[in-house]
Amino acid sequence: MKLFKSKKIFLLGFIFIASCIEDAPLDSLSPAGPYARSIDELFWLTFWIAVGVFVIVQGALLFSVFYFKERESSPDPKQIHGNNFLEILWTIIPVLILAAIAVPTVKTIFDLAREPEDALKIEVIGHQWWFEYKYPDFGITTANVLVIPEDQPVRLEMWSNDVLHNYWVPKLNGKRYLVPGQTTYLNLQADSPEEFWAQCGEYCGLSHSKMRGRVISMTESDFAAWVANEQSYAEKELPESSLAAEGQLVYLNAGCTQCHVIDGVWDVQGDRIAPNLTHFANRSVFAGAALKNNPENLTKWLANPAEIKPGTFMPNLELTEKEINALIAYLGTLK
Amino acid sequence: MSDSHSYPHEPTGVETRKLGFWIFLSTEILFFGTLITTFMIFKGRDFPGIKLTDVYDIPFTSVSSFVLLMSSLTMVLAHNALENNDQEKTRVWLLSTAMLGAVFLAGQIYEFTEFYHKGFELSSNIFSSTFYVLTGFHGLHVFIGVVLLLALWGIGQRQKGLSLDGGMNLEFVALYWHFVDIVWIVLFTVVYLI
Amino acid sequence: MTKIIEPKKQSNIFKRPSSETGIWSWITTVDHKKIGIMYGYAAFFFLLIGGIEALLLRIQLASPDNNFLSAAEYNAMFTMHGTTMIFLAIMPISAAFFNYLLPLQIGARDVAFPRLNALSFWIFIFGGVFLYSTFLFGTAGAPQGGYLAEEVSRLGSAPNGGWFGYQPNAGFKYSPGTAMDYWAIGLQILGIASLVSAFNFITTILNMRTKGMRLMRMPVFTWMTFAVSFLLAFSLPIIAIALFYVTFDRQFGTTFFLTEGGGDPILWQHLFWLFGHPEVYILILPAFGIVSEVLPTFSRKPLFGYPAIVFAGFGIAFIGFGVWAHHMFASAISPVAQAGFGLSTMVIAVPTGVKIFNWLGTIWGGKLKLNTPMLFSLGFIGMFVIGGLSGVTHSIVPADTQQTDTYYVVAHFHYVLFGGAMFGIFSGLYYWFPKVWGKMYNEALGKIHFWLMIIGFNLTFGPMHWLGLQGQVRRTWVYAEETNLGFWNLIVSIGAFIIALSILVFMANWIYSKRKGPEAGFDPWDARTIEWSIPSPTPVWNFSKAPEVKSLDDFWHMKYDEDEDGRPVRKEGADALLAELEEEGLNPSEEIVLPNPSYFPIILASGLPFLGYAVIYKMLPLAILGTLLILIGSFGWGTEPLEEEFMEDLENE
Repeated sequence: MKLFKSKKIFLLGFIFIASCIEDAPLDSLSPAGPYARSIDELFWLTFWIAVGVFVIVQGALLFSVFYFKERESSPDPKQIHGNNFLEILWTIIPVLILAAIAVPTVKTIFDLAREPEDALKIEVIGHQWWFEYKYPDFGITTANVLVIPEDQPVRLEMWSNDVLHNYWVPKLNGKRYLVPGQTTYLNLQADSPEEFWAQCGEYCGLSHSKMRGRVISMTESDFAAWVANEQSYAEKELPESSLAAEGQLVYLNAGCTQCHVIDGVWDVQGDRIAPNLTHFANRSVFAGAALKNNPENLTKWLANPAEIKPGTFMPNLELTEKEINALIAYLGTLK
Repeated sequence: MSDSHSYPHEPTGVETRKLGFWIFLSTEILFFGTLITTFMIFKGRDFPGIKLTDVYDIPFTSVSSFVLLMSSLTMVLAHNALENNDQEKTRVWLLSTAMLGAVFLAGQIYEFTEFYHKGFELSSNIFSSTFYVLTGFHGLHVFIGVVLLLALWGIGQRQKGLSLDGGMNLEFVALYWHFVDIVWIVLFTVVYLI
Repeated sequence: MTKIIEPKKQSNIFKRPSSETGIWSWITTVDHKKIGIMYGYAAFFFLLIGGIEALLLRIQLASPDNNFLSAAEYNAMFTMHGTTMIFLAIMPISAAFFNYLLPLQIGARDVAFPRLNALSFWIFIFGGVFLYSTFLFGTAGAPQGGYLAEEVSRLGSAPNGGWFGYQPNAGFKYSPGTAMDYWAIGLQILGIASLVSAFNFITTILNMRTKGMRLMRMPVFTWMTFAVSFLLAFSLPIIAIALFYVTFDRQFGTTFFLTEGGGDPILWQHLFWLFGHPEVYILILPAFGIVSEVLPTFSRKPLFGYPAIVFAGFGIAFIGFGVWAHHMFASAISPVAQAGFGLSTMVIAVPTGVKIFNWLGTIWGGKLKLNTPMLFSLGFIGMFVIGGLSGVTHSIVPADTQQTDTYYVVAHFHYVLFGGAMFGIFSGLYYWFPKVWGKMYNEALGKIHFWLMIIGFNLTFGPMHWLGLQGQVRRTWVYAEETNLGFWNLIVSIGAFIIALSILVFMANWIYSKRKGPEAGFDPWDARTIEWSIPSPTPVWNFSKAPEVKSLDDFWHMKYDEDEDGRPVRKEGADALLAELEEEGLNPSEEIVLPNPSYFPIILASGLPFLGYAVIYKMLPLAILGTLLILIGSFGWGTEPLEEEFMEDLENE
């Protein structure tokens, strides 16, 4: 009887949770684009078939347990060694069911892999522990927040700078690895302007859990404006003796330039190992999207990055409180 | 063994130890298979740097391969001699087999040293790594084989001499030795000739 | 009259050990039963450690953004939890069953190579100890160039690259320190243990069967042991070579898995899963075997479709080598490969389904005695079906790209390996308890154990399906509060502690019943296979006389005829026959030769960890010591006289 009870609670729980889905930003069951939707349809098809099999098998099991349970009056059972007809039947029926699922599965595999026409190409580069994005058509380099136009397919060309990573925006598509020395591809498309969560799926070292991301889809005009702004350089001349100007000095002198580029202020050829900060203030999150972009979090982060992301390549520069405040003021100007 | 012992043995008709040994050899095939597959996967890859073809000397390796091949012959002769219970000859052929094996090993050591001098080192690149691990793993097998042969030869010095039953006897060592030889023929083809 | 030949007092160079009781009898034993029992206890010990690691993980995950464990500790714990449960708990517990039962089920006196059997066990022990010595000696840290805010780990450094050791993360550059070397070399050593036992079991099954024990008369458990041994023999070489590569990459600067030198990180995945998927069947098939023994016994019906179950088992084992890339659907493989491996994965569901339906066919129309082993076997079917069905959703490649690397997968394989393998194992532990100890376990405690475990199990792993679909990624030390995953994670953690409680009940039952349980008698279940035809606990010589088997379920047919309806009727002489069997079993009438104990398996095995340390620390003296131990072990092994030689020498005297 207890078996029944536990199962009931279990089922009730599922129904309860399914009926009041709270906003789970990584929910793979709320597709928001055609790719994710085609996967979702396939999942539910399989799910309901599985439920059917589940009910039949568990039903037969529970029925047997209650009906054929040993009773004082029950005689010894007939010694049946098998039944060829039945055995062939329950070999063939699963084969047929699986064949029925296999057809749409194979079709969807190839649909998802195909390169869409007129897709916007974006390069995704995995780092321990953040995602870098490059728009070769626009000459933009950014990090942590991927901005895409709504209702237009996007083709991600991905590789990794160090270990394996796995790019996942559950509401837009399934996962795809980022591999050092190889390029992999993933298509995304969002129905409407929205902010989505991304997460690295593959275990990639100490701070794997904090390798997150955001994907923001925008209307066409918003996207064009965003691109134009991203293409602009940061202001080098700042009002003298302002806090931000002090912060710029900290940026230039404390060691930040070793790894971080700000176009127009500190230009260097080639890639740097850390995010490009030119339009930092426009990003809603930072530090591998582990933190929301606000002065409080920035203070914590700059004081000791490894406290937030163990293993990070950003050293503790032992900045004073004053320097940190100045730096935060400066970062705030990078729109 | 007394007749009252009711335990039947070996429904397959193959002696138990031999059966076990065959199963052992069949997994050895997988060890080498994995190594060879890895070697083949990378062989065709386009990667800059020194390659085996830059350093190898096929005539030299052919000769040492021939030496190893000959050792299979002497191994057969040793087995034959023991079947005729000619202890003296058995020991001679055993020792020759071990010596031929040792010559092959010496050749391999010489070859490896030469390659090193030419800059083809274990960690140079994927071509050198796969080469050394594959051929080195085989060399280790030859080495163990030589040790076993010498051990047999040593046991053969006893008064009782060698026999073909009981324990890790000449037959198993012969099986092992032929196996190692055959693997080398495959390796030589895959690594040097193809 | 019993004549057990005593080892000759002084022969050759070494004396063979002769203790029959006390610690030395265990250290030098080559008796498959003692080795089986030692395997069982050692594996259970590691199971407890792996369980504690799991509980630590669950405490950390009970609430979002928790700080109970540091990232380094968490990563080490999930790595060690997986590695321990697979290589040090479930595999050796299965080995315990193989060891104890295999010779009994085929009517043999021991395995084909008793000393090799002891060697397997001791290599396993030394491998486990070596792996765990990482907590004392190992080091681990941030990737080269990275920073840490504090001490890496309060527990000592353990491997933290995951049980799957994906490259290049588990390479020297991203996992510096020695901990990952302990992992690679530890698994290498454990692999040798399993490989050796695989040779042994295959040979035993082929060559040690008693008169009349044709292949198609073997109990299903023996069949599954056979299948598992083949899987081990053919999959372990692959991982052994792959681990060689890892060790070479980490220690000697090669680049097998590093693109910098022309290597390929995806190659590791292929090699690892080419081993790793058969490994899944290595873990589950023994449970299939156990369940196939328990269900017929307590249904009082023969197994439904015995040949189908046997062939399905081998079908699973065979296809199991052709599905590995379904662990890599999100990895860098082509759509054609995705489709191919998706289809092969679907195919493997068919023989699995055949087994499940045949088990249902077995209990259908039976007379089910719902005692503890039966409950666990029935629970096994129920839970395994859930795991199997979620497995089918993984073969739907596009859906799998959503599910892979999330808790959905964690839920799936725990339903298979815990709900499946572990439930089967517990079923077997209760079922054969009276055979091993001669005492009966406590039924009430057994049932409490079952109900606590099945409730705790479902509470733990059921919600994980949901968590995975809601986006909780595996191997994450923390999850953000905004992901709204906190509630079900808390439930899961509570469930984990209920499982822990059920394990305590199990232990209490075991310890109590082993000492104070009622006498079981030699055939308490009215069972079907010949291991029940000998006294309990099993005498050292197993069968006093080689039994002659006339049919499948031979023991049952000794006791029962069938009437015209096909219902069993107890034979008239059955009771007398049983009394005779017991009498004969305790007092053998013929001379018995048992394999002699030996010191050398443990000596040989003890050399391996030293070789391991020598590679890690590049210390020549350790290498020499290790080699010396192996040489001494081999030399002694080769020169100590065999039983047959004793006999001959005795006769000659």
